[in-house]
Amino acid sequence: MTKLSVKHLLSIKPLTPADIELIFKTSENFKSVINRPIKKVPSMRDVTIANVFFENSTRTRISFELAEKRLSADVINFSASSSSVTKGETLVDTANNIISMKVDMIVMRHPNPGAAEFLSKKVNAIVINAGDGTHEHPTQALLDCFTIQEKFGKVKGLKVAIIGDIIHSRVALSNIFCLKKLGASVRVCGPPTLIPKFIEKLDIDVSYNIDETLNWCDVANVLRIQAERQEIRYFPSLREYSMYYGINKQRLDKIGKKIMIMHPGPINRGIELTSDVADSEHSVILEQVENGVAVRMAVLYLLSPPMV
Amino acid sequence: MHIQKKKKLLFDKKILELTINRLCQHLIENHDQFKNTVLIGLQPRGTQFALRIKNRLMELLKCEIHCGFLDITFYRDDFRRSTHPLSPNSTKIDFLIEGKKVVLIDDVLCTGRTVRSALDALTAFGRPEKIELLVLIDRTYNRELPIEPTYIGIRVNTLDTQKIITEIDDNGFNDKIWIVDK
Repeated sequence: MTKLSVKHLLSIKPLTPADIELIFKTSENFKSVINRPIKKVPSMRDVTIANVFFENSTRTRISFELAEKRLSADVINFSASSSSVTKGETLVDTANNIISMKVDMIVMRHPNPGAAEFLSKKVNAIVINAGDGTHEHPTQALLDCFTIQEKFGKVKGLKVAIIGDIIHSRVALSNIFCLKKLGASVRVCGPPTLIPKFIEKLDIDVSYNIDETLNWCDVANVLRIQAERQEIRYFPSLREYSMYYGINKQRLDKIGKKIMIMHPGPINRGIELTSDVADSEHSVILEQVENGVAVRMAVLYLLSPPMV
Repeated sequence: MHIQKKKKLLFDKKILELTINRLCQHLIENHDQFKNTVLIGLQPRGTQFALRIKNRLMELLKCEIHCGFLDITFYRDDFRRSTHPLSPNSTKIDFLIEGKKVVLIDDVLCTGRTVRSALDALTAFGRPEKIELLVLIDRTYNRELPIEPTYIGIRVNTLDTQKIITEIDDNGFNDKIWIVDK
């Protein structure tokens, strides 16, 4: 197979395992490209891409921008805080104005779930979801699973725990879909207030016990406490959260086996992860960031529209 | 009226061996002990042929010869001209090419577009002192770019309606190269 079954990347849900394998295979090629002395290829030199960010982002925006530039695409960056959106322009109007300047692809982050899907139905451009509220963050899940595959040689049969603020996390949902499609066993773990109701309907385990979960898993994907999305208090204090659910060296030493620690960033050091774990040999956090560029290059390459 | 497709054998095992031998002797004349020269086979079909050249050179010279594989997909000039994205192969170059003499190796030279892409792709790895091109089959009169090989196995005049089928296997037992009507 050389073509994805989808036209846009809006979520992981509609992707087939073959789609994900194709993205991984292409990512391997691009990873070799970005490790060459000259890290740029001319594959997308006639494609214009707009990075439209309605929400703050460092890693994802830089990663997408680097991926686009390394494919030789023309890039324009747009952030809502410094644009006409503050004057009351609607999402579709903003997007259509950008597209009328001959933009082929839009990478969008938006605080509302479903925003990317909505946009894809309204505009004539390829849309890539770079995070839509608490719904999905497909490229993050792809790069997480790519990193797991790279380290273990496979994803199938592995036990992966997603730990922390599940209810506010788009990374959690995309990861659950992606891991399940690739045949991993998935468990979510966190305080009951941060785990959505009915999540077990996704055919995954739920645990409230961090030590037991760490003992069970091969990979622990630790999520950030998203204070900016928490309108009410979900736990008494950050200190208490860190005591019961934070991962520290003592906890890892106690389980007596080596597990891989992942984090989508940005890390709240001392809350969900202590520095000695985040910077330890267990952690693949910086490899995730490196793989992010390769995976995003693959997604852009495979979705780029044909000229004819 | 049914027209039977023509099929002509260009190389069999024996002729291919002789040709590889001749090409290796020619390479040795120009590169001596291969101290500053590396071989790069073009993916996908130039790699097997490059390995055969490397193995024969190692037998003749009794020394180690560097041989890598280069994929040119991301450097092609027909990207986005088809409805399917072009599928890449792996690139494997475990040595530096900066300041080296590079012999690019492919099985068939036709339009010259693959070689143009390869020249682009190669410069992403550094600046070689010199680049030469070795091809097993040079299809004359099909060129679309001003590119000529340095070493040629055989030169054939072919029509656009013909294609070359190479069957070069690992052990060399069933080597056959055909020219057939499309």
